[in-house]
Amino acid sequence: MSEENHHHPAAVSPVERRVAALEALLTERGLVPDGFIEEITHRYESEIGPMNGAKVVARAWADPAYKERLLTDGTAAIAELGFGGAEGDHMVVVENTPAIHNVVVCTLCSCYPWPVLGLPPAWYKDPPYRARMVREPRALLAEMGCELPGNAEIRVWDSSAEVRYLVLPERPSGNEDMTEAELAGLVTRDSMIGVARL
Amino acid sequence: MLARRSGGRVLPVDGIHDLGGMQGFGAVGHSPAEPAFQHRWQAVARALMSVVAGAVEASGGEFRHSIERMEPGHYLTSSYYEHWLTAAATLAVEHGLVTQADLEERAGGPFPLSGPVLPPPIVDAGANVDEPRFQVGDRVLVREWHPPGHTRCPRYVRGKAGVVVRADGTYSVPDVEAHSAARRYEPTYSVRFDAADLWRDGQGGVAVHVDLWDCYLE
Repeated sequence: MSEENHHHPAAVSPVERRVAALEALLTERGLVPDGFIEEITHRYESEIGPMNGAKVVARAWADPAYKERLLTDGTAAIAELGFGGAEGDHMVVVENTPAIHNVVVCTLCSCYPWPVLGLPPAWYKDPPYRARMVREPRALLAEMGCELPGNAEIRVWDSSAEVRYLVLPERPSGNEDMTEAELAGLVTRDSMIGVARL
Repeated sequence: MLARRSGGRVLPVDGIHDLGGMQGFGAVGHSPAEPAFQHRWQAVARALMSVVAGAVEASGGEFRHSIERMEPGHYLTSSYYEHWLTAAATLAVEHGLVTQADLEERAGGPFPLSGPVLPPPIVDAGANVDEPRFQVGDRVLVREWHPPGHTRCPRYVRGKAGVVVRADGTYSVPDVEAHSAARRYEPTYSVRFDAADLWRDGQGGVAVHVDLWDCYLE
């Protein structure tokens, strides 16, 4: 690297120094298995995410019998597609209709259905969303660009115990010829949290 | 809000994490997509929490409570993964894996930890509740109380009436497992509250559902 192209590394922030301190001390005590941090990182970056939930939704759109199973026993129906595990052991799927809009929050921490949606986005974990979604959902949804039909009832689900929720969005019109894989491409993370409609 | 003074610090009993309905936070910083970890330190903090929780055999309740005990100003001004880091370090110190002095020496500066556990350990977890007391459609009233330790009963439904919409089987009561090696299992229910019953400024046509353990209900 030439002198001209040399960049000084970014300054190390206090929180980075604290993480490094805890990592070093736990490693010295033999508590951090080799490769553990990389394994965790890979799992949450590559193996889980909203692409899994999108497959569940697309299957429900394409297969009425599957949809019925999904709404009756979400955990078992999601397991049919190979998804499950921590924060997805007790799944309830709630269906949006023209008259009902469902939206999910965790006011006490950040509970979220990891196997189908991955790790929660930062805004889902931050105070404004957690404080406001149970108090003024109609205003907050409008603010977030989610337009609801007419007088749709809003059902907010606060994930305060062991159940984790997935919203089944309404199938958009004009895609009757699409394959299931193409349908999955229409499904967004936000539509499965309930802060957007498709 | 009740408070106790410990070492010159005022500690919250109703924790800062219990955010439902609090006002004044402003806009949601929404983004349509983002990487799982925006910085490597976040992934390391995430992994270290798993390391510590495994080493000290922390229950979900003990883990959550170690975040809830953060000093309120620190909680509100730090990111999610800084919460996890603080909680992991707090549990590591409380269970004797490291000391705060070790952490601060290595970090070359302050390493704030969460405040102490307030209630004494629970010795007798009480009897399991195997059968649900309530059925779908039953009207229930949430206890109005302010426990000094961990609970998963949000403050905004305490003392409020709602209707059971789902019964979900039995699960370990967080209020016990956060403060004990013992466990008590009880049914949980999804309870529907009309927003108009929760907030004087409640919007029409809004229902809020909260999942509650049996002992949270009168």
